[in-house]
Amino acid sequence: MATVPVDSKKVDTCRALAADVADDVQRYIDKHTSVGVERTILRALGAEGTDDQGAPLVNIAVERYQKAGLLGRGISYYVGRALLAGASSVQDAAERLAFAPEVDRGEGGATVDAVRAALTPHVAAALARIDGARDQRESLKARVAAGETPHKYVIVATGNIYDDALQAKAAAFAGADIIAVIRATAQSLLDYVPHGATTEGYGGTFATQENFRIVRTAVDEATLECGRYIHQTNYSSGLCMSEIAWMAAVERLDMLLNDAMYGILFRDINMCRTFIDQYVSRRFIARAGIVINTGEDNYLTTADAVEKAHTVLASQFINEAFALRAGLREEQLGLGHAYEIDPWIEDSFLLEIAQAQLVRQIFDRHPIKWMPPTKHKTGDIFQSHVHDAMFSLVGITTNQSIQLLGMFSEAVHNPMLMDRYLSLKATRYVFGAAKHLGDEIEFKADGRIARRAVQVLDEAMAQLLEVKRDSIWDAIGRGAFADVKRTREGGKGFAGVVARDRDYVNPLLDALER
Amino acid sequence: MVAVQPPSPPSSPLRAYGDREGDGMVQLSFVLAVPPSARAREAAKRFAEEHGLKEPTIATMEECARGYSFFVVYGHSKHSVDFATIDVPELRTTALTRDDIEHRIKDLGRKIVVVGACTGSDAHTVGIDAILNYKGFAGDKGLESYKGFDAHNLGAQVENDQLAARSLALKADVILISQVITQRNCHKENAAAFIEMAKAQGFRDDVVCLLGGPRIDHKLALELGFDAGFGPGTKPGDVASFLVEKICGEPAA
Repeated sequence: MATVPVDSKKVDTCRALAADVADDVQRYIDKHTSVGVERTILRALGAEGTDDQGAPLVNIAVERYQKAGLLGRGISYYVGRALLAGASSVQDAAERLAFAPEVDRGEGGATVDAVRAALTPHVAAALARIDGARDQRESLKARVAAGETPHKYVIVATGNIYDDALQAKAAAFAGADIIAVIRATAQSLLDYVPHGATTEGYGGTFATQENFRIVRTAVDEATLECGRYIHQTNYSSGLCMSEIAWMAAVERLDMLLNDAMYGILFRDINMCRTFIDQYVSRRFIARAGIVINTGEDNYLTTADAVEKAHTVLASQFINEAFALRAGLREEQLGLGHAYEIDPWIEDSFLLEIAQAQLVRQIFDRHPIKWMPPTKHKTGDIFQSHVHDAMFSLVGITTNQSIQLLGMFSEAVHNPMLMDRYLSLKATRYVFGAAKHLGDEIEFKADGRIARRAVQVLDEAMAQLLEVKRDSIWDAIGRGAFADVKRTREGGKGFAGVVARDRDYVNPLLDALER
Repeated sequence: MVAVQPPSPPSSPLRAYGDREGDGMVQLSFVLAVPPSARAREAAKRFAEEHGLKEPTIATMEECARGYSFFVVYGHSKHSVDFATIDVPELRTTALTRDDIEHRIKDLGRKIVVVGACTGSDAHTVGIDAILNYKGFAGDKGLESYKGFDAHNLGAQVENDQLAARSLALKADVILISQVITQRNCHKENAAAFIEMAKAQGFRDDVVCLLGGPRIDHKLALELGFDAGFGPGTKPGDVASFLVEKICGEPAA
């Protein structure tokens, strides 16, 4: 069995450092909420729909209470009061919050205990809806088993959800295990979730609750037709991270892209906002049994994959620490990394093996997400196909769990039907031809691969020491991850961060935290 | 003994080259929305013939999705082009050396200020980073690494009016727009809109405007009102050389 030397004391040190980093942020998170979090809670309690301009009801209600300076008590508090004042349902209550002539300033009337009691059945229903979806997934998976790992993950991105559904089924037919509908460009920067089925999108298709349902139906059909469980995934990131997480929970998605720091670094979303939102999104994800995919692969598209390999590992420890604090289990943590080393560097393949094997051993219970080459791809599709085959060979040899397939047309266009087909075919070949290679070979104890693995772990530990010393806030400020620098109050969405009052009310989050 | 001659200047008509001069050999792959069958194979053959391929060989026919067939076809293209009649504006192909670039900017007596951004909804900074950031691309360091350039990378999703405002504030000599992701030509519209805005605001003639991205070439950039366009594979040194030629004029004798 091929392994690289991993010093478990160093791994323990890394985990302890990451725990300190996350604890520091968690103290901040526990004192704050955001407009995104409150909208999520309102949706989960039972509010839905839009006004005649297409603005979601939850946005109108939450923004109104935020502007009035009242959101620090939590939107749940006002929902509970509206219910006590005669609202017939959470929907009715949310409409009152959004459109009643006066805002409820929360003065007088019912006690907090009475408010909580009024919310109790709705909290129970919200949890039952999530649990029901989880049970439904688990019973389908018990009937129709998933394929062998590494699971083959492909993306569809037509802009039209009905075309996406068709392409999702085609990809399943060609051997895919996981279907991602990539989002429309820049959806992460929208501070609301669009409503309904969508047929126009640039660079992808909008993530909406209805679109999730349409693809779920197609993917369930494919599961039964192919006799293999097909997973659905989407993106819980950006300013609506936690709302998307809730939608995915109730619409039975299997996986979500969800990262504690991705939005900060790559979408310039404010870090306070992101840390709060990732926590609440992960509370829903934990309950729903969804597997997250973290985004460390992206670091290597801006920073050098040889020099900055350790930043990926350091970030994986941090993402793990955040996720454990939000109630996720290791089996739900698809920590991400990527095959992004310049392919023309001598022994680049060996360096890739070292990193992949190191991550596999350190995170042995985690469904590791292995991403394909993109940065060094050119329009030479033939060379690209070879490049992807080498990537697949590392994936099977080091037993990665979730393998996003490379596409030979990577630097040309979003994948077409035949691109996915050829990628799936080539991957099927490599995975089959080298299935037990990792069991049969050994890496030299002091060879290039072993030495590289030791070096990367040492460097990751050194970086975590620095991050702990400086705090994550300042570390991001000086470009510790992906060579990108962000400030604590900079970036998008900071205005949507709200300090919790001492008597903040959010019984649904309380229940998720239990 | 017969000396091996370098290829002579292309003769017209110019045809695709496979194994022998003039054989017109091309490869083609496509999907037809029918399941594989003898009839599908014949359909693919006729489809190839409609594209001007003589004696097409259907090298592959496979079911790539239920009801869809994937084909790989080889054939002799009967088409040709007259190379002599083709006129495309081309950028200089020989890049100046780093020393030349630094030396000539030194003669200019000030730094050349370059402001770059991915504009509109585009979040893909790989191109602009490769050209502007110190790290560069394919072993060629970016404009940030030159003493003679003052490079500002505004990053992704910058709106045209923000880019204009920042460029004016920084007194930019050069504005570099990168457009990577596109659908239905939004990259062209967005780039053209910037030039229109620059004209309307009256600063278009005060700056050199460059356009880059995987779907950009020099000809397209000129059509959209830019001074130059840079496509895939462009290195920072290519952009630096162009700017030196454009801004510093002829080298001192």
